[in-house]
Amino acid sequence: MTKMKFTHGIRPANPSTLMKSPFNLIGHRLVFAGALLLAAVSAWAQAPAAAPAAATPPAAAPVAPPTQEERLTALEAYVTNGDPVKGPLVGNAGPGHNAWMMTSSALVLFMTLPGLALFYGGLVRKKNVLSVLAQCLGIAGLVTILWWAFGYSLVFGKSFNSPYLGGSEYFFLKGVTSAPNTDYAYWVSQNVFSMYQMMFAIITPALIVGAIAERMKFTAIMAFVALWMFVIYFPLAHMVWGSSGLMNGVWNGDAAIKAIDFAGGTVVHMSSGWTALLLCIILGPRLGFGKDKMAPHSMVLCMVGTGMLWVGWYGFNAGSAVAADGVAANAFMTTTLAAAVAAFVWGLIEKVLRGHASILGFCSGAVAGLVVITPAAGFVDSTGAVIIGVVAAVIPYIFVTKVKAAFGYDDALDTFGVHAVGGTLGALVTGFLATDAVNGNLSLIADATKANPATKNGLAALVAHGGLWVEQAKAIGITLVLSLVGTIVLAYLVKATIGLRPTPEVESQGLDINDHGEEGYID
Amino acid sequence: MKLILAIIKPFKLEEVKEALAEVGIEGMTVTEVKGFGRQKGHTEIYRGSEYTVDFLPKVKIEIAVSDDMAGKAVLAIVKAAKTGKIGDGKVFVVPLGDVIRIRTDERGESAV
Repeated sequence: MTKMKFTHGIRPANPSTLMKSPFNLIGHRLVFAGALLLAAVSAWAQAPAAAPAAATPPAAAPVAPPTQEERLTALEAYVTNGDPVKGPLVGNAGPGHNAWMMTSSALVLFMTLPGLALFYGGLVRKKNVLSVLAQCLGIAGLVTILWWAFGYSLVFGKSFNSPYLGGSEYFFLKGVTSAPNTDYAYWVSQNVFSMYQMMFAIITPALIVGAIAERMKFTAIMAFVALWMFVIYFPLAHMVWGSSGLMNGVWNGDAAIKAIDFAGGTVVHMSSGWTALLLCIILGPRLGFGKDKMAPHSMVLCMVGTGMLWVGWYGFNAGSAVAADGVAANAFMTTTLAAAVAAFVWGLIEKVLRGHASILGFCSGAVAGLVVITPAAGFVDSTGAVIIGVVAAVIPYIFVTKVKAAFGYDDALDTFGVHAVGGTLGALVTGFLATDAVNGNLSLIADATKANPATKNGLAALVAHGGLWVEQAKAIGITLVLSLVGTIVLAYLVKATIGLRPTPEVESQGLDINDHGEEGYID
Repeated sequence: MKLILAIIKPFKLEEVKEALAEVGIEGMTVTEVKGFGRQKGHTEIYRGSEYTVDFLPKVKIEIAVSDDMAGKAVLAIVKAAKTGKIGDGKVFVVPLGDVIRIRTDERGESAV
């Protein structure tokens, strides 16, 4: 996720370029629409009479009110998502950016509840539909508590001054108020930012559920996820998105690995997908796997869930600009193109190779397209997005149909084939397709005094001259090692303590009635 | 007396019912059933997983008739249910020991 301070290469407005005004305006509540005020700027010189505001500050004012120039600079910074510097708007959220981020937060939650829950729920057998819904709901609650207590701080704090983990200053969301945390966003309230990021922390472990569906104890899943957040997610999210993160090429001028990940190709999809593969192997296949019919019980629910995922993904990707700015707009477009192209191409491949374009094929393609565009959304242009849509259909198709069958692991709902493969693919192709034409944060800036972090750490040069894919490959490697090693340790830990699987009797009868005491469908 | 059991394609039920009514059959019992014969089932593919569905949905019609009606009824069923393609179904005709109309206690031919 890039925390956009400057978009499209627009630097914060330089005060010297702004019109000088002899007038001081009273008032410290700047709630004018930014555009309106900017329009007024051009009219100013022609109509000085239109600004009859008193030149003298109120007698009671303890400090000098901001000058006209300072106020305009601050509003320009709001409109361009720039730095309010020390102007009168410091400490205020920008309403437009804040509104979009609250909307995006709700959209990302909508991806899990009910999007992913229905997508997965439709794909399992009737007797296990509720178990999937319960796992998604349980994870939403559990991760929220962890995030409030420790998670946000461990990812986005900085008191540890470490490339691997954040800090302790925001434990229990202490000090997380409506004022922006300008390490990440100039114009978005930190409480909104923390909730937005929490929605990512919720959906990531929920994705794992797909691989181990229909055969893991509810308590074991909750225990595994709780540990997994601390061992894998929090450190990884800090490394990729934290302001002092090891692999945060866009934002950390001292990043050792100059990689980019716009909305979570590594953090979300690779981490959950590779974990899912190992966990489903350690867990073993479902009883009767390869013999019994395990067809989806409702393709209708699956399609409904897919549509919700797609809609929610606009919050996931376009929201990852952490502003309602030009980068968000570009991510909105690329997300749409990649998803639609991948859905269509997957259906086309099925039609040609098998004779039927299936609903599950269209759904798989759409999700795969969304996964692969995720790390690239704010860094590639429309052509890049269409290329990504095509590869997102072809490569995951091969994995879920051929590779899975060849190796025989029971990745029940294809979390590995879609999310791990898609996330890895996305991280890599971002290394080839990223361009500073759509994202000024990647621009090479010659003037050393104005250099952005990407220029300082060398990322901008890699984008301009090629070679970014090597950094992306390093980030992929670290994500892989952390996910795989962490998962092996945690899975065996949970297996040794509370056990991973229900009894065969429970499993064949179904998890719904046994783990949750309910049935999805009463005849 | 004969009991006629006919297993037919579900979409042919309406035509068979009308054909039987035309030859004077006044009642029948219909059940949705599953099974397979030479047609076998079909395969469904979900991503990489292929499942063979052995049992296909069919409709079973049961009618009790007098001996002289049996031939006409069977002909009506076969004619109406035929598509000429595999999976059209089968008709079984079995002798019927007795029939009782519960309301009136009638037995035999008059109860059919």
